[in-house]
Amino acid sequence: MLRYGGAAIPMQKSLDKENLQGIQYLAGSEEILAHMPEVEAREPFCGEIEEFLNFLSKTLLSMPEAKLYPDVVTFAFWIRRSSVKKLAERFQAEENCIHLGRGVAFHIAPSNVAVNYAYSFAAGFMTGNANVVRIPSKDFPQISIINKAVNMALEQYPACRPYICFVRYGREQRINDALSSIADTRIVWGGDRTIAELRKSPLGPRASEITFADRYSLAVIDSDAYLAADNQPRIVDDFYNDTYLTDQNACTSPRLVVWCGSQTARAKERFWSLLLERVQKKYEFQSIQGVNKLTNAFLAAAAQEGTHMISCGDNRLVRISLDHLFEGLMDFRGDSGYFYEYDCQDIRDLKAVCDDTHCQTVSYIGDPQMFLPLLKTGVRGIDRIVPVGKTMDFDLIWDGYNLYERLTRTIHIS
Amino acid sequence: MNFEDMLQTSPYSLDKEEKGRFLTERLGELTEKHRESCPQYRNMLESAGYDSQKLCSYKELPFLPVRLFKELELRSVPKEEVVKTMTSSGTTGQAVSKIYLDRVTSANQQKVMVKIVSDFTGSSRMPMIILDCPSVVKNRQMFSARGAGILGFSIFGAKRIYALDDDMKLDVDGLKAFLEKYQGQRIFLFGFTFMIWQHFYKELVRLKEEGITFDLSEGVLIHGGGWKKLINEAVSPQEFGQRLQEVCGLRHVHDYYGMVEQTGCIYMECECGHLHASNFSDVIVRRPLDFAECEMGEKGIIQVVSTLPESYPGHSLLTEDEGVVLGEDDCPCGRKGKYFKVIGRLKNAEIRGCSDTYAEKFR
Repeated sequence: MLRYGGAAIPMQKSLDKENLQGIQYLAGSEEILAHMPEVEAREPFCGEIEEFLNFLSKTLLSMPEAKLYPDVVTFAFWIRRSSVKKLAERFQAEENCIHLGRGVAFHIAPSNVAVNYAYSFAAGFMTGNANVVRIPSKDFPQISIINKAVNMALEQYPACRPYICFVRYGREQRINDALSSIADTRIVWGGDRTIAELRKSPLGPRASEITFADRYSLAVIDSDAYLAADNQPRIVDDFYNDTYLTDQNACTSPRLVVWCGSQTARAKERFWSLLLERVQKKYEFQSIQGVNKLTNAFLAAAAQEGTHMISCGDNRLVRISLDHLFEGLMDFRGDSGYFYEYDCQDIRDLKAVCDDTHCQTVSYIGDPQMFLPLLKTGVRGIDRIVPVGKTMDFDLIWDGYNLYERLTRTIHIS
Repeated sequence: MNFEDMLQTSPYSLDKEEKGRFLTERLGELTEKHRESCPQYRNMLESAGYDSQKLCSYKELPFLPVRLFKELELRSVPKEEVVKTMTSSGTTGQAVSKIYLDRVTSANQQKVMVKIVSDFTGSSRMPMIILDCPSVVKNRQMFSARGAGILGFSIFGAKRIYALDDDMKLDVDGLKAFLEKYQGQRIFLFGFTFMIWQHFYKELVRLKEEGITFDLSEGVLIHGGGWKKLINEAVSPQEFGQRLQEVCGLRHVHDYYGMVEQTGCIYMECECGHLHASNFSDVIVRRPLDFAECEMGEKGIIQVVSTLPESYPGHSLLTEDEGVVLGEDDCPCGRKGKYFKVIGRLKNAEIRGCSDTYAEKFR
């Protein structure tokens, strides 16, 4: 037993072999995992980190199979040298301060998004931490491509090996307990239920946690700005990528489209008919989705007067126009192409749906200055305001967290 | 012809035209009734933009997805008038449908079911073997679909016996005595498809190997509940019938399609192997992509309409089942109305997203 200030603290025994049984290692090994608590933290974006990530980026971009997956390519671009250098410039230590990684970062990736784990890993790695990443149980082809490249990079940069373990296991609490016990930071994706699941496993007293809870998002389109744009089809493509590409079920996907400006009727007609064309060409429809959307629409209707189903004769695009925005609207959010719509005279009307900590991203077409009056009402939600098409662009500032700050420690010298 | 007249008419007598007129009138009236007395339903009609003035055919009526009855308490009568609450037999952890019946709806359900079933079994009551266990019907306050089915069909039985005990074991001696007592008479058997296969058929096969056999050649079996579980065992409807005949001589086997949300209006399988819509109800098969009505022979999602629900707005429902209309008014069995086939349940959606799904745990 070690003694600190009179209190007896049990030795760290939780990484015992029996507690780790059942783990499959897709990168790293049990031995590497066992030594993680002792690994030296590094300075964020240090030379070797940048080298490793750049090598990984190049490897991915040279793999023919990776080119089939835009999400893999986007990830590869995010970790290439120039991009990492930009991040390093944005996130610098203040005068008289040194930043170091916090130590061990334990990541729990969401189970039904393919590349999210890679971003989470990269964020932990570039900020100087050792990383244990729980990989989705679902076998996405993107995962084997990225893991293959990571293992190649580990061959090339053996000094990085102690910092990386990709693991898969059957969500056993015993293993969650063990990995949580060595974590200095725990990063939990996957929404409220996964967070609740992980909260059963205690963290050390100095450890902290970053949780990505269930969130919802919306889009605001200035009809005049949209109609004035000479690249309307491109805007609609961007919107498609923000929504249908993830079955409109990512936390960043808009579930509500708010129209403002003076030409809403015309803008809507143009926008939705262009979108429907895209959807009919690209979106893979499942029969039950139409039934699910109709169910949702009736549930919302039963709860509140003033909802109107707008039929475009195709269940791939379902619109529900609202006479007024109401609190709790997002309890009836749908997916796979199910949009609430609202014509807005005063941007402050949005407070009804944004004054909630679950409200995450507002994407827009027009001038983002228009949101200032809304933000100044002191809304409790809205963590990001981004142009349409950029909702999924990952950054170290994400979901209202400064991940850089959360994953590093500041040593102040005076 | 109004609804009361219909209760005096043979249940498969209306042709397409007559039935269309009857359904449009009756279902239009029910829509108005529920609009007046069920505020949630009124909101739904308004949201769907329903205009009763423009109604030309019952096929244009809004249809409610059956899942709504799991999420909402939809009633068109005051609580005091509810005499029975039916629930679907969902597996543990799943929400169940709650269907509220008043005296009139409950009585009509029974009348219509008698008319429909008698068309296949004859109108006299028969000794009845229930291929299930007695405990399913114990709690009369909350009727599960299984219990409701058994109680509903029990009116066709003069004397009744449960073939299984509460551990789902076949009561061999009881069954033997019952069959001896009613030798030479027509015997009515009822149960749920999977239960029959699992706990009755398989046991009969085992007993036969021991030399114990039963003669049910004078029996008529009605079974329902769907084929989902039997698909795992690779048993087709044809095989189900053949194998039962092999093991106990049973020749008259009728499947039926029905749901707790529209009890009474069951769709019976005729001698030609087709499910039939009676005068009291109809099926409309719709395209998943736009809910337009399918051509005959085209696969789609089954909508069911029923003229019975007066106490809850369940007269026009969209199921989660896939099916095909095979024909109308011209089945070789002689019954009028549509005949069709059920293909199975729609697949759950596989969708992407940031929030983990835990559905697998509850299945």
